[in-house]
Amino acid sequence: MTAGLERRALAARIAEDIAEGSIVNLGIGAPTLIADQLPAGLEIILHTENGMLGMGPAPEPSLVDPDLINAGKQPVTELAGAAYFHHADSFGMMRGGHLDICVLGAFQVSQRGDLANWHTGAPDAIPAVGGAMDLAIGAKNVWVMTDLLTRDGGSKLVDECSYPLTGKRCVSRVYTDRAVFDVAPTGFAVTEIFGGGTIDELRALTGLDLVDATSVTQEGRS
Amino acid sequence: MISKTVDHLADAVAGIEDGATVMVGGFGLAGHPVALIDALREQGASELTIVSNNAGNGDTGLAALLKAGRVKKVICSFPRQVDSWVFDELYRAGAVQLEIVPQGNLAERIRAAGAGIGAFYTPTGVGTLIAEGKEQRTIDGRDFLLEYPLHADYALVSALAADRWGNLVYRKTGRNFGPIMAAAARTTIVQVDQVVPLGALDPEAVVTPGIFVDRVVAVGERPWLHDGVFVGAEAAS
Repeated sequence: MTAGLERRALAARIAEDIAEGSIVNLGIGAPTLIADQLPAGLEIILHTENGMLGMGPAPEPSLVDPDLINAGKQPVTELAGAAYFHHADSFGMMRGGHLDICVLGAFQVSQRGDLANWHTGAPDAIPAVGGAMDLAIGAKNVWVMTDLLTRDGGSKLVDECSYPLTGKRCVSRVYTDRAVFDVAPTGFAVTEIFGGGTIDELRALTGLDLVDATSVTQEGRS
Repeated sequence: MISKTVDHLADAVAGIEDGATVMVGGFGLAGHPVALIDALREQGASELTIVSNNAGNGDTGLAALLKAGRVKKVICSFPRQVDSWVFDELYRAGAVQLEIVPQGNLAERIRAAGAGIGAFYTPTGVGTLIAEGKEQRTIDGRDFLLEYPLHADYALVSALAADRWGNLVYRKTGRNFGPIMAAAARTTIVQVDQVVPLGALDPEAVVTPGIFVDRVVAVGERPWLHDGVFVGAEAAS
């Protein structure tokens, strides 16, 4: 199997699936790369849970405004049409189902769409959940962006999560460096494979009975 | 004449008792009431329970209060960050208690306290460690957890400007927890860049009405602003 997509290419691939008019929250970490890959000219509204819709890219260093940051506490800018609001409204937007898409990182995703991404459960770990649980159950579509494998070579797609859960049955799609997986009633369905890999290789890497939905996707895309 | 303004930071934080529950606004350092926290540290109250999104960044503000040993417990959503070394060390040494609350539950529990809500059912946290010991109920086929309001004795809030009635406007993402904490606390103390004359704030633009505010202290304009207009860090230096 050739190497999978690098992070920026994966971010660009995810950006292709975000339609104009969508309201999107990009989680801390790798998902923030997607912002730079959204097609110019399309109106896609970014939500940041610390209280803003219409978030723009990072400013020039001389224009960094300490009052204007994203959920990762990085400096950002405001686009025309932006709005500010307090935290209860911001999380009401999530919980109330007003966000179209959120993209989160993951430690593990189970076949039923359970997500673990906040706590390793290690005794010396300091747990920190932030807005992950609210995003996981609130957005209409919860997508995960992650490497398929951990640094130790284990699969992040699993039958059952062993790490503490962030949310149950909340993930609908997983974009990895090796392939795109939909969470289907029968388990993970592979819709797209990157870098010339095969479904059997993915089955071997994950140890899961993956459904091959790549031909369906190709027909759908043609 | 109603005047909630006080001249000195020490007056603003006067009377905060040992053992008090204190909400501290801010998300990271945006909207973080650093001057009030510094004044509280000098005031000396200890055994505090702090309700805040984070557990201190760097060595200033809440981190400095923690380092001074004044905090018994932190109720927050996200303590662990690249610059949370003060909290991390205290926590690992068993010197401070931690209650983790998902960020939306934290916000809604604070909002509920200010709005007189007895408790509420929320889908956040169902099936997770957060659900342990909580009442769960199925409503219209979906599972929810019962969460209770989070009250406080005091709230320390940072806003852009106030009038003497305590009406507040904020600036950009510095708003974050300010409006809901102001409503949730028995006594709300606000630091602002400046106090403007009554009538100078557009009533349509007031974010926190003065009914939720008890004390206001002006601490001067932040370096990146000039007459309320952003000038950038370089222009300021």
